[in-house]
Amino acid sequence: MKALILVGGYGTRLRPLTLSVAKPLVEFGNKPMLLHQLEALVEAGVKHIILAVSYRAEQMEQELKNVEEQLGVKISISLETEPLGTAGPLALAKDLLTQDHEPFFVLNSDIICDFPFKQMVQFHKHHGRQGTIVVTKVDEPSKYGVVVYDPENGRIQKFVEKPQEYVSNKINAGMYILSPSVLDRIELKPTSIEKEVFPFMANDNDLYAMELQGFWMDVGQPKDFLTGMCMYLSSLREKSPDLLHNEEGIVGNVLVDPTAKIGRNCRIGPNVTIGPDVVIEDGACIKRCTILRGARVRSHSWLESCIIGWRCVVGRWVRMENVSVLGEDVTVKDELYINGGRILPHKSISDSVPEPQIIM
Amino acid sequence: MIKTIILIGGPMKGTRFRPLSLELPKPLFPVAGYPIIHHHIEACSKVPHMKEVILIGFYQPNDALNKFISNVQQEFKIQVRYLQEYTALGTAGGLYHFRDQILAGKPDSFFVMNSDVCGDFPLKEMLSFTVQKGGGSHCTVLGTEATRQQSLNYGCIVENKNTHEVLHYVEKPETYISTTINCGVYLFSPDIFCTLEKIFKKNQEDNYNCDPNMQMKETIRLEQDIFVPMAGSGKLYVYHTDRFWSQIKTSGAAIYANRHYLALYQNWHKERLARNGELKPQIIGDVYIHPTADVHPTAVLGPNVSVGKHAVIGEGARVRESIVLEGAVLQDHCCVLYSVIGWNVTIGMWTRVEGTPNDPNPNKPFAKVDVKDTFSPDGKLNPSITVIGSNVQVPSEVILLNAMVLPDKSLAGSCKNQIIL
Repeated sequence: MKALILVGGYGTRLRPLTLSVAKPLVEFGNKPMLLHQLEALVEAGVKHIILAVSYRAEQMEQELKNVEEQLGVKISISLETEPLGTAGPLALAKDLLTQDHEPFFVLNSDIICDFPFKQMVQFHKHHGRQGTIVVTKVDEPSKYGVVVYDPENGRIQKFVEKPQEYVSNKINAGMYILSPSVLDRIELKPTSIEKEVFPFMANDNDLYAMELQGFWMDVGQPKDFLTGMCMYLSSLREKSPDLLHNEEGIVGNVLVDPTAKIGRNCRIGPNVTIGPDVVIEDGACIKRCTILRGARVRSHSWLESCIIGWRCVVGRWVRMENVSVLGEDVTVKDELYINGGRILPHKSISDSVPEPQIIM
Repeated sequence: MIKTIILIGGPMKGTRFRPLSLELPKPLFPVAGYPIIHHHIEACSKVPHMKEVILIGFYQPNDALNKFISNVQQEFKIQVRYLQEYTALGTAGGLYHFRDQILAGKPDSFFVMNSDVCGDFPLKEMLSFTVQKGGGSHCTVLGTEATRQQSLNYGCIVENKNTHEVLHYVEKPETYISTTINCGVYLFSPDIFCTLEKIFKKNQEDNYNCDPNMQMKETIRLEQDIFVPMAGSGKLYVYHTDRFWSQIKTSGAAIYANRHYLALYQNWHKERLARNGELKPQIIGDVYIHPTADVHPTAVLGPNVSVGKHAVIGEGARVRESIVLEGAVLQDHCCVLYSVIGWNVTIGMWTRVEGTPNDPNPNKPFAKVDVKDTFSPDGKLNPSITVIGSNVQVPSEVILLNAMVLPDKSLAGSCKNQIIL
């Protein structure tokens, strides 16, 4: 089977991180976001994965050369010269996708969950129609595209994009299996699959919903990135608890790369991910954060709900909170307070940011 | 023989210093480790023939005041006592009321000092200047420079540049008069009481002809009732100083005064300043630590920090530009900047307590500490020094930013730009 991952464009919602690194390569849980999906696809028997990309294709090709070898899978890049939306890329990759006449996976690249690829294949074969959409239950469905379907058999009746009144709490989880015949419905132009393809398939009773079990998160923006990290670490605790760190000063679910160093009298966790070559000095308190490769957090600082970018240096007695994000190579001087600050790469901060702000 | 009178006011005065002045008379608030008027009395003790310091105010007698008096008497070997006004009598009313005690022993001159000012008081020099002027009757005001705009907040003095005679005096004018301002320190000869008597008697007379709702008959205000008429009469002189001087009206001013008195210790009291050493906390700049305070060796203090009796500062704590009062406990890794931490307060681990300084504008010469209103015109709290009132428990891992917390409050979380009652 094949898979198409909609990688798309600039990843602007995850700036300032995506100013330095293409979004699929940003490390989530100490592994590039894309790799979580690739590994799960390979495990489900996928042999060829097509990345639909409209930006920074070369950076990704570079990084992914090793992955091809490691996972034993073929990775192709389908380059959009103009952004083609969520359906157009399928038309662009038509030749690749129809090679083996089999149904194929389509995934949004921002999705992290307990990937149900094997169940999807079974479910899709069982109903035998053109498409399967994975749906998931969320607390605030009005932010997403809501799916209305028959709970008996999963046949989708309609979609409501960002409903103004409560319709249902099941939303499109961004993972599909489509039969090659679906490609006849898609033209090679900027097209939205949710608005211009699925509704017609639903009318033809050709679209079915499979409910996802377990956690789900669209980690395309910092707030959700951190929430997703918490969910991911919880699921690690259940499935592979020995991957998590367990020492003095560690509280709750904490993932620490073996090359990272943590000082004395720290309090790390709950819900912290610490990347390779990171140094945490004595007396630091870190909660609900992702610390990316090579960063240094100096002594006595207190961080909550932050993403600290690659090679950053956070000074001593610094307080950071409220989804602050430091881009690559940012320096925060001693004794500052950063509240909801988004700091662009290579910046040196010497004044506090007491209210949420973007610092260029 | 010389005496000094220090006007210490009463609980109804110094309200902008709340909540710190709710529990301790403001003149006793410690700046650079010692009560405000301790610094006054120390300056007095350096004047030869200074025999007595009289504190006049309308506080009820209290332990803190009594203890203070017995301490300074012992330390400086001068007679010190407190005379309580039966009611607020104004800046000169108390002087007149206690004229017999003041004149006892026939002093040649006496200083009068406000307690809500602080500075490097040049009392000896003021005395020499006055003596040089000759003549028995003398009345000298200590003056300093301010900016044109800020001078409107003070008593303004117009002088003869050659003789230093005061030609004109206006208290808090509406329009610009002069950049020379009244420092609240005066030197009088005993015959000032003749003038005071005349005014007192006149007020008494006036009141039989006037409205019963008028202010107290016995109040006399030094500035309005004495200096204004005396200006231009050849009897009032001004002595200039450009040494450190500031009013202390707000806690922000206390932090500013703390910094300057600590700097003065470099010259006069090097032994009061903390020094770096093995097994000692890291000291940056001028820092005062009471000998009974317990500071962890990994803490970093300064510049411009005073730590009071029995205070405890934990591992990896950071304190800068702040006053930590007696019995306060700062737990591990906390960070205290531009704040006053009240008596017996606990600051939790990793907590950040931060205020905003109200320092004089560094671009303007002679600028004074800004006395801003508590609230801005659109109803927001003006950022200022954070003050934590006594016995407050501040939990761990929170931030208090530009906040004022009244005594005995138990905080639940972070607090920014607020007054917590």
